[in-house]
Amino acid sequence: MTDIEIPCSDVELTVNEHPCSLRLDNRTSLLDALREHLGLTGSKKGCDHGQCGACTVLLDGRRVNSCLVLAVAAAGRSVLTIEGLAPGGTGVHPMQRAFLDQDGYQCGYCTPGQICSAVGVLDEVRQGWPSAVTDSEPIVLDDVEVRERMAGNLCRCGAYVNIVAAVLQAADGQPS
Amino acid sequence: MKPFDYTRAGSAADAVALVSADPDAMFLGGGTNVVDHLRLGLFGPGHLVDVSALHTGVEPAPDGGLRLGAGVTNSEAAASPLVRTGYPAVSQALLSGASGQLRNMATVGGNLLQRTRCRYFQDPAKPCNKRRPGSGCPARAGISRDLAIIGTSPSCIASHPSDFAVALAAMDAVVLTRGPGGDRRLPLDELYRLPGDDPSRDTVLEHGELIVAIELPPPTDLTRGSRYRKARDRASFAFALGAVAGAILVRGDAVADVRLAFGAIAPRPWRARSAERAILGGQVDAAAFRRALEAEFAEATPTQENAFKRTLAVRMGVGLLSELAGLDTHVDRAGQPR
Repeated sequence: MTDIEIPCSDVELTVNEHPCSLRLDNRTSLLDALREHLGLTGSKKGCDHGQCGACTVLLDGRRVNSCLVLAVAAAGRSVLTIEGLAPGGTGVHPMQRAFLDQDGYQCGYCTPGQICSAVGVLDEVRQGWPSAVTDSEPIVLDDVEVRERMAGNLCRCGAYVNIVAAVLQAADGQPS
Repeated sequence: MKPFDYTRAGSAADAVALVSADPDAMFLGGGTNVVDHLRLGLFGPGHLVDVSALHTGVEPAPDGGLRLGAGVTNSEAAASPLVRTGYPAVSQALLSGASGQLRNMATVGGNLLQRTRCRYFQDPAKPCNKRRPGSGCPARAGISRDLAIIGTSPSCIASHPSDFAVALAAMDAVVLTRGPGGDRRLPLDELYRLPGDDPSRDTVLEHGELIVAIELPPPTDLTRGSRYRKARDRASFAFALGAVAGAILVRGDAVADVRLAFGAIAPRPWRARSAERAILGGQVDAAAFRRALEAEFAEATPTQENAFKRTLAVRMGVGLLSELAGLDTHVDRAGQPR
């Protein structure tokens, strides 16, 4: 067998406000970089195809499926994962608090992705970004809006009713 | 996944030079389709040239229209006030596609070049004339419910998956490209080719030719009243079974202008030009819309599994135009006007 040289890159990322330098095979997804190289296993690998949302993180403040982002393509950008969500890195973020209060999970596997996605949703609503069901301006965040906007996060336990309640609780608790 | 080199292109010229010089190279946008294809093992490029950071502006076009840089994300384009007010069908189409996360990653240029979701195309263990020319097409006798009913060929019945492209087709959008041979402007309707005996090429673009922008003509009363509607198996986050982008302008009792384009029924966005001609100048009448659309789709050759798409497309088109024209859109349980 001949040795094959695997193309790698030096990747600098800011992860949960900490600068990180990694030497990575170009094929490495952002999700694998977080889980396998940085030990941040909060972001979950469900489908690895962008269909389940368990890997959702905030990239430069926007929610994305980290399984479909090549880590090398995220170089120079800022990543926020479930581990870094709480202000100052301690306690819980208001969205985490709301999921606890509303029992917005059963097994918990999808929860980090649900929470990161929901944080992204509230920011998108603050920016005035419409969804497919938006029919008013300013946007009124209700059940229908939350369900549509959270459609990219699957919960096999079917905790959706409480997830919607949690997102609405967190939305109520923040200044508009 | 095959190993690959990665380059973040500093300019369109660099990106075009890199990809056009290397048959094994390809462009990378938001990655929502390309990265999935690499993981599925459908393709194994030796070099990915990342163009996602290029052309990220939404700005007025020189002719008074709107220019969307190819690197603008689907989310940004859908939220743009200029898109929402000038061409609501375009914003609605973008918002009806994928999920919030995917829309934040996907670029509008990449959206146009996404590949079919035909399950045989997406499974490297199966024959597929689009993925491996000459290997055959199991879809026609296989699972074809999602696939095309018109514009197909014996070698391929894949349907085009984009919602956005359907709305662009209805709005007479133009695609601006830069390639090894220079720049060109392609009406969206001329970007895509039908499969014929070479389904491997979805578009007329050459290897190394890069989409740099999409231009929408200046907004008019027609485009400002446009709408997109999508039928699918789930309430959200699913590809279309049928989709329609439409607009109608009525003066007196007559149709002064009309646009109709359909999605999920053909290998490309299906601009219903013959139906538009039949409706234009005629009465504002659901029965007339129906006759025009039945004629448009008369040449469809569906499979047993997707024969419903002809009826679905006709009804969606009639429903959308009727609603936009202010007609009573109530239908009975069989979908016939009361």
